[in-house]
Amino acid sequence: MTAAQYEQFSNYAVASATGILALAFVAYVAQWGFARKIAPDRTLVTSSVDQHDSVLEPVERTSTDAQAERSDVAGGIGFSLTGLAWLVLLAGVITRGLSAQRVPWGNMYEFGCAATLMALTAYIVLVRMWAIDWVGPIITGFGTVVLGLSALVFVPPGPLVPALHSYWLVIHVLGAMIAGSAFLVGAAASVLYLVKARAERTTAEEDRVGFLWRIPPSAKIDQIAYRVHAFAFPIWTFAALIAGPIWAQYAWGRYWGWDPKEVWAFITWVVYAGYLHARATAGWKGKAAAIIALIGFATFVFNFVGINLFVSGMHSYAK
Amino acid sequence: MSSNAVPALGRREFTRWFWRQLTSMRTALFLLLLLAIAAVPGSLVPQRGVDARAVEAYFLEHPKSAPTLDKLGFFNVYTSPWFSAVYLLLMVSLIGCIVPRSFVYLRALRARPPKAPRNFSRLPASASFETSASVDEVITAGRRAIGRARVDVVDGELSAERGFLREAGNLVFHISVVVVLVGVAVGTLFGYRGSAIVTEGQGFANSLTQYDEFGSGSLFKADQLPPFSLKLDKFTAKFQALGSQQAGAPRLFRAQGTYTPKPGADARTFDITVNHPLEIGSTSVFLVGQGYAPVIKVTDANGDVVFNEAVPFLPNDPSYTSTGVVKVPDAEPEQLGFQGFFLPTAATGSDGASISVYPAAANPLLGLFVWHGDLGLDKGTPQSVYILDKSKMKQYKDGDKSYRVSLQAGQSQKLPNGGTIEFAGLRQFARFQISSSPGVKVPLIGIIAGLAGLVTSLTIKPRRTWIRARREGSRTVVDVAVLDRVPRDDLPADLDAFLERFRELLGETEEKHT
Ligand code: HEM
Repeated sequence: MTAAQYEQFSNYAVASATGILALAFVAYVAQWGFARKIAPDRTLVTSSVDQHDSVLEPVERTSTDAQAERSDVAGGIGFSLTGLAWLVLLAGVITRGLSAQRVPWGNMYEFGCAATLMALTAYIVLVRMWAIDWVGPIITGFGTVVLGLSALVFVPPGPLVPALHSYWLVIHVLGAMIAGSAFLVGAAASVLYLVKARAERTTAEEDRVGFLWRIPPSAKIDQIAYRVHAFAFPIWTFAALIAGPIWAQYAWGRYWGWDPKEVWAFITWVVYAGYLHARATAGWKGKAAAIIALIGFATFVFNFVGINLFVSGMHSYAK
Repeated sequence: MSSNAVPALGRREFTRWFWRQLTSMRTALFLLLLLAIAAVPGSLVPQRGVDARAVEAYFLEHPKSAPTLDKLGFFNVYTSPWFSAVYLLLMVSLIGCIVPRSFVYLRALRARPPKAPRNFSRLPASASFETSASVDEVITAGRRAIGRARVDVVDGELSAERGFLREAGNLVFHISVVVVLVGVAVGTLFGYRGSAIVTEGQGFANSLTQYDEFGSGSLFKADQLPPFSLKLDKFTAKFQALGSQQAGAPRLFRAQGTYTPKPGADARTFDITVNHPLEIGSTSVFLVGQGYAPVIKVTDANGDVVFNEAVPFLPNDPSYTSTGVVKVPDAEPEQLGFQGFFLPTAATGSDGASISVYPAAANPLLGLFVWHGDLGLDKGTPQSVYILDKSKMKQYKDGDKSYRVSLQAGQSQKLPNGGTIEFAGLRQFARFQISSSPGVKVPLIGIIAGLAGLVTSLTIKPRRTWIRARREGSRTVVDVAVLDRVPRDDLPADLDAFLERFRELLGETEEKHT
């Protein structure tokens, strides 16, 4: 294929992936919606009944069973569509790289696509590892928005500006994307933690219906959020505070110059360091820590969107 | 006496209380978040140390708020007293917590594992099983199952502790934060950074007067500048071709020439590209910009060539629409000043004005307005070569419009006073950034050590394990309990895995534990 064909293929693939991911989001929302009226024990009972018991004591198929089934099916569809979106997006990102003859993260459009790909990868891996399907709506919703917004800053593929010619670019950006993906999962888990922890405090036992009660208890969600952040933080440290400065030293002759992008990378780092401390501080555990994690993610997103678009600096070629 | 003793004690207690507060984790957390907040303004308002010209522009755009912001230090956030105060407090707090914790850790390194608690079922995870093996065999197998750990055995009771490295990692990380901050501070205090424009065919000698911009740390002395010099022979700039995608995007910048590290030393060649600086000792020469320097030849009314030089015009946009100034102090009968623009690829815009449409010099055009009078160079106050002081000059007019010079390469034009101006050639210039930050390796090594400590501390599980074995008839009853210093949810699963290993070593796999 020629560069132009690769480019066209890539554009179609990214557009399709956006659509598929949006459908995955709808399916995940449906998963929550269908389970609106289901109490968790009910589903536990139905799922733990095995063949022998049902012969002895046939279980009536109630409307809740049907709802639970529909919810499960929707969730399954959501995950399958997410997998499909991942595959199509992967093809889109690879062909973009082939068309431009370099790593496919040299401008904001490409960062958006590659970062979404990475986030979906993280999500799919973690669903396999820790069954975190329940953050699906947040991940797919966020991914759809990022891909959609990336389309707004589309530029045709081309070679890099000279300052980006460095293998530190590959390392630095890859690290930032991996950390960012984990931060996204961590933020999604933190949101659900806040919602669930609040519900656990305020909802009487008998009122506990809906999908919220089918996801793990808040303490477990908190654990998962912590682990994801504990994984992301060292990678962010490496990407933002080691690889970034080394590259800056080669490109601009100073490893740290308080450029807006650097400032926000630092702010993100400090906020997440604050999160790790909050987890170990009485009185800050739980809710406060989760809120700090969300602030951390907000600073990360702001650095990616706000600083690229609204503030000029050395890094503004990322436009 | 006694009336004095109370406040003295009070002060001491207050100090102690204050110190405890300052070095507490809660304060550290607060200071960390405060540091993040304090860093924000510097990213939204231009900074003198980063882009002094943008600060000037900000003053022009916001004449009301800028002076107030300036007083608050918003244009020098990262050296402002309040920012420094936050990070100094954080440093003190950090050191204040590292030192005592290091001692605690050193003591803990020699400590023995704590004795087994009486009631295992109170611990987060415990189990028991029976075996036909003897108490000694159980303890030996348990020891092997635990693996590397500090182990004490007393009367059929085994206490083990492992994961001491976690705290070591944590301490290394926090110490390295201090090392990095100190390293950065030293580099800033003793370092310097300046930029200079060097046109093809011209040279640069490393002394203060040759810099366009220069900034240094407060402990840097100008006589410490290493005495190298360089000469730029050739500058190459390549841009994405017109008609292709991203036309005009920069592709290659390359500066080639010769340099002498010390006066009298042999000249060597250099080849600087973006990301590939020239290193001379601890000084690095980076290529950070480039532009055009039209060669301008001015003949005055007497017919004498009074100016014949390449004049750098500073680019203002990605198509290298550039502005510049030419000062001709030797012109007779009056000094001449020119101010205007240079367009590498001129085209007529929709409003009739000339604009540059492409950064390479495909159709260069020089457009200048002309002033005559006194350039104001004799006053002794240094003048920027990029600014024309018009206070004692008058502009030449053409009717009610300004008189303008418009030249393509090789063209010349008569001036109103009788002289001529010629666009005699075109050269390129390179903007070099010359900098030295002593001890760059210190923060680098610091942060890498810190990362290693961080990963160690986040991955190692500090765990205590106890095994108690007692003989009951022909069987041995074995109780096992584990406790993590950091609560984790996978403890029960870990315990199961441990029991399996343990019982395998005892040669029993089939029996179920309770
Ligand atoms: C007064 C100053 C400080 C104190 C008392 C302090 C104390 C601590 C303690 C006790 C932990 C262990 C938490 C746990 O058991 O999980 C910790 C972890 C951590 N601290 Fe600090 N810290 C201070 C300053 C800082 C600073 C300035 C940073 C850098 C921004 C930082 C970054 C971290 C990080 C990233 C962790 C988590 C990694 C780990 O567990 O080792 N700390 N800190």
